[in-house]
Amino acid sequence: MVITVIALAVLASVYGMAIFATPTERSQGLAQKILYIHPSAAWASLMSFGIVGITSLGYLLLKDRRLDTFSEASAEVGLAFGVAMLTTGPMWGRPVWGAWWQWEPRLTLTLLLVLLFVGYRALRTAIDDPEERARFSAVVGIMALVLVPFVHLSVYMFRTIHPQPVFLKPSAPSMPWEMTRTLLFSMAAYTLLYVGFVTMRYGIGKRREAQSA
Amino acid sequence: MSPFRATLAIAAKDIRVELASRTAIATAVTFAVLVLVIFNFARDPAEVSLAVLAPSVLWVTSAFAGIVTLNRSFAMERERGAMEGLLLAPVSRSAIYFGKYIANMAFVLVVNAVLLPLFILFFNVSLTGALGWIALLLLLATAGYVAVGTMLAAMTVRTRFSELMLPVLLLSFVVPPVLVGVQATTRLLGGRPLSEIIGWVRFLAVYDIVFLVLGWLLFPATMDE
Repeated sequence: MVITVIALAVLASVYGMAIFATPTERSQGLAQKILYIHPSAAWASLMSFGIVGITSLGYLLLKDRRLDTFSEASAEVGLAFGVAMLTTGPMWGRPVWGAWWQWEPRLTLTLLLVLLFVGYRALRTAIDDPEERARFSAVVGIMALVLVPFVHLSVYMFRTIHPQPVFLKPSAPSMPWEMTRTLLFSMAAYTLLYVGFVTMRYGIGKRREAQSA
Repeated sequence: MSPFRATLAIAAKDIRVELASRTAIATAVTFAVLVLVIFNFARDPAEVSLAVLAPSVLWVTSAFAGIVTLNRSFAMERERGAMEGLLLAPVSRSAIYFGKYIANMAFVLVVNAVLLPLFILFFNVSLTGALGWIALLLLLATAGYVAVGTMLAAMTVRTRFSELMLPVLLLSFVVPPVLVGVQATTRLLGGRPLSEIIGWVRFLAVYDIVFLVLGWLLFPATMDE
């Protein structure tokens, strides 16, 4: 709870910094301000799902229920960040790409991962026995992690052989320091927010277990 | 009993059960034909020619028919405690996985073997020279997602809404092989050189190996009672 409050305060200052202390990009205008929300949400979401894969493997090896409760927490927090990522992306894509959506490797991969973790959550709710639920969801958590390179590579092959005529991607190697600073600060805020959320969700999972036991 | 013979015994059991009724194969084939029919009418004939749509139709139909077939693989073990019998049998969990895998592959391949000629017939495609390669692509792609599906079906069958749960989880895994299959088929039908598709064949082979190994390692976790 304390971590979440601190993280939210940091996040508020990230937005303050993005609005007042960071220059507005010339060609993209205000749409570019999404840089301080979207990539950080994507980072937090992918990190959450990655951690689910690792804690799932840990569960199958060690059979420690806490690892399962943690996987559940991380998956759900990852979904929340994933929704933030998938809703903010098109808002930027429409003015800058001229399209809400592009079937580009990163977009496709994250969409499929979010959908797969919606399935993961559905699977959890459809099993009553806690031990069976832990095992089954651990298997799906590991498989999701293994699927990542295949989706990325297949869509990448799809794109490179079939290039889109207009596929504008803002390359930002020479981004001004003020922008880089705000972005890094935002990523740190989202990472902290992940820690706060996952700790709270883990606590909820623990209390639920105690109730049903 | 050696693991190899146990595997074959389990596969043979599933195939014998199916041959006794032929319900699943007949239903899956009917389903595949209906999907072909729907695809034909789900387009504007003046705007989209059959040749453009053909590769997608073949792959989507094949994948959907495959998923329908997979659903029944463990569902039949639910009846009259057959699963308990299977688990009590002195065979390893891996033998159950590979036995189920072989049986599922046999069913899905039979469905594909019926689908392919019907596809040629309905969609008026000429597969001169490409037929063997398309068959190979279908075989490799099927081998991959059936490896995933066998594992998932073992779990979803024991959940609520199992018929819905399997496709929701499996379809994300079907995307890479189907995407690759459609791309390679489009090139083959367009008469492009084989060198353009060899990378995709390799991709499918790697996918198969990775998920078969993963199935072998993870399947025991789906079977503890």
